[in-house]
Amino acid sequence: MSAETMSIFSPQLAARFDALVEKYPVKRSALIPMMLYAQDEIGYLSDAAIAEIAERLSLTQLDVRNVASYYSMLRFKPAGKFNVQVCTNISCMLRGAYEVFERFQEELGVGHKGVTKDGVFSLEEVECIGACCWAPAIQVNYDFHDELTPDHVPGIIAGYRGQANGRGGR
Amino acid sequence: MPRLVSHPDEVKIVTRRFGMGATDINKYVELGGYQALAKCLAQGPEWTINEMKASNLRGRGGAGFPTGLKWSFVPKQSPKPKYVLVNGDESEPGTCKDHLIFLHDPHAVIEGTMIAGLAIGAKVGFIYLRGEYRYLLEIMERAVADAYAKGILGKNILGSDFEFNVITQTGAGAYEVGEESALMESLEGKRGVPRIKPPFPAVVGLYGGPTVINNAETIATVPHVISMGAAEYAAVGTERNGGTRLFGLSGHVERPGVYELPMGYNLKKMIYEVGGGIRGGRKLKAVVPGGSSTPVLLPEEIENLGMDFDQVGKAGSMLGSGGVVVIDDQTCIVEFALRTISFYQHESCGWCIPCREGTDWLKKSLTRFHAGFGTEKDIDNIRYIAENMMGRTFCPLGDAAAMPTLGFVKKFRKEFEDHLNGKPCPFAKHVELAVV
Repeated sequence: MSAETMSIFSPQLAARFDALVEKYPVKRSALIPMMLYAQDEIGYLSDAAIAEIAERLSLTQLDVRNVASYYSMLRFKPAGKFNVQVCTNISCMLRGAYEVFERFQEELGVGHKGVTKDGVFSLEEVECIGACCWAPAIQVNYDFHDELTPDHVPGIIAGYRGQANGRGGR
Repeated sequence: MPRLVSHPDEVKIVTRRFGMGATDINKYVELGGYQALAKCLAQGPEWTINEMKASNLRGRGGAGFPTGLKWSFVPKQSPKPKYVLVNGDESEPGTCKDHLIFLHDPHAVIEGTMIAGLAIGAKVGFIYLRGEYRYLLEIMERAVADAYAKGILGKNILGSDFEFNVITQTGAGAYEVGEESALMESLEGKRGVPRIKPPFPAVVGLYGGPTVINNAETIATVPHVISMGAAEYAAVGTERNGGTRLFGLSGHVERPGVYELPMGYNLKKMIYEVGGGIRGGRKLKAVVPGGSSTPVLLPEEIENLGMDFDQVGKAGSMLGSGGVVVIDDQTCIVEFALRTISFYQHESCGWCIPCREGTDWLKKSLTRFHAGFGTEKDIDNIRYIAENMMGRTFCPLGDAAAMPTLGFVKKFRKEFEDHLNGKPCPFAKHVELAVV
């Protein structure tokens, strides 16, 4: 499949996929990056996204789903526009991660794996995110926020809500 | 953005360019970058491998295998292409050192990969970061593009006949992929489950070709070893443990952070002087010395403990990934053990039964125990399950779950007993875990 043919993805992403398939010695190696980039663009791995990725890599859809289901960052249902992932693993736990997670639950009104009614935020308690020395830490999509206290939470939420409302960044 | 820390006892070799703008290729070159590659091109593969052997550099991913020896295992002739694979899938709780390498010195990773490629006769190197490190992948991708633009990657590198290409990517969230054979599976676009060994990757690795797999810190250290000279580098550390180590100091210390210290540095000094002591003036209860999989140490066990692979091994634990997690006296060890085992239960790939079922049983037992519903028999059951996981799994994840659990039960049995007979946890508030 080339960028010129029908794709459910943007022309830029379709072109990126074409390049990605060429990059590896074996084209199946492009599978995980393709799934991640597809999810970044459309929010989750929809049936259509899986079908197109399978076709691009000459795999069955079942094969793609089988791989996707293994990795915790890939999802088959939409998350919020901003997916808040709070690490509560040991280094974060020791420095107050549960209190940070509880504050997010209070402020967003959702629990683990919940999505706010307006679809702007989703919340997850996650395993280690590799920010142990700057704990407690969270990730919002691919942004890190570290050395947090519960009092930082409203400001972080307000910043992303501002972005969602088109009022600029944090 | 991760904060950089420093301490006078640090010996800055791997971190010497941190915070100096070395993500810019011109700055990297100005600071001596790519000169080690030029030296290796001039001296040849055999000299390079011998230099690495002489440096006593041991793998920084956790196992501590000698790097030069690993490179020498790759057959000189191969009908299949050879590969270098950089393991930047750092996911062991307590460990965040590679995070800073990718953030501050991406070209050191590229240069180290190229030197490894030259040494074993590979033309392609893969740099694989964990999925959560997307912003770091962007930094790596820019660095790779700059290296191509400057003629450092590609064909006829630095005027030689050496050709080398680098491919970067991330995973998508799976601790198991940090295991070398699972990493290869993932890179081949499959579920990241381990392969049976032998054959070992040096002979049959990625796409069936001979493959050297090194941790990102190991690879980023390589150019410095070459630049300094093996003897000078080896002299920094202890016998059989060359050089420095990036130690991630986290938990209840006043000044957490990543510090570069000589191998063999005293752990107590690291906590009390480098890390500023226990937060809030509290007492030290325990230390996890090398990432969550390494057995816990008591305060009296760290008095004279030098942090290298051999000394920590003799003390009954492991240097592992160098992720030192400090625990104060207000912490419930049963809760800490539960949070640790919850991670391994979540991350077990399910490929083999002792790990899949063992981690699940341990989590269930510890959850019940911590909630005050445990019995005396449960303590022995936890120990029995962990002992029966040891050495019975395809990959080290089963051991990684069992070893710390055994340590907690053995060294803190009294605290486990204090949770018996319906007694509430004397420390913790959080029993429920959302991560399943």
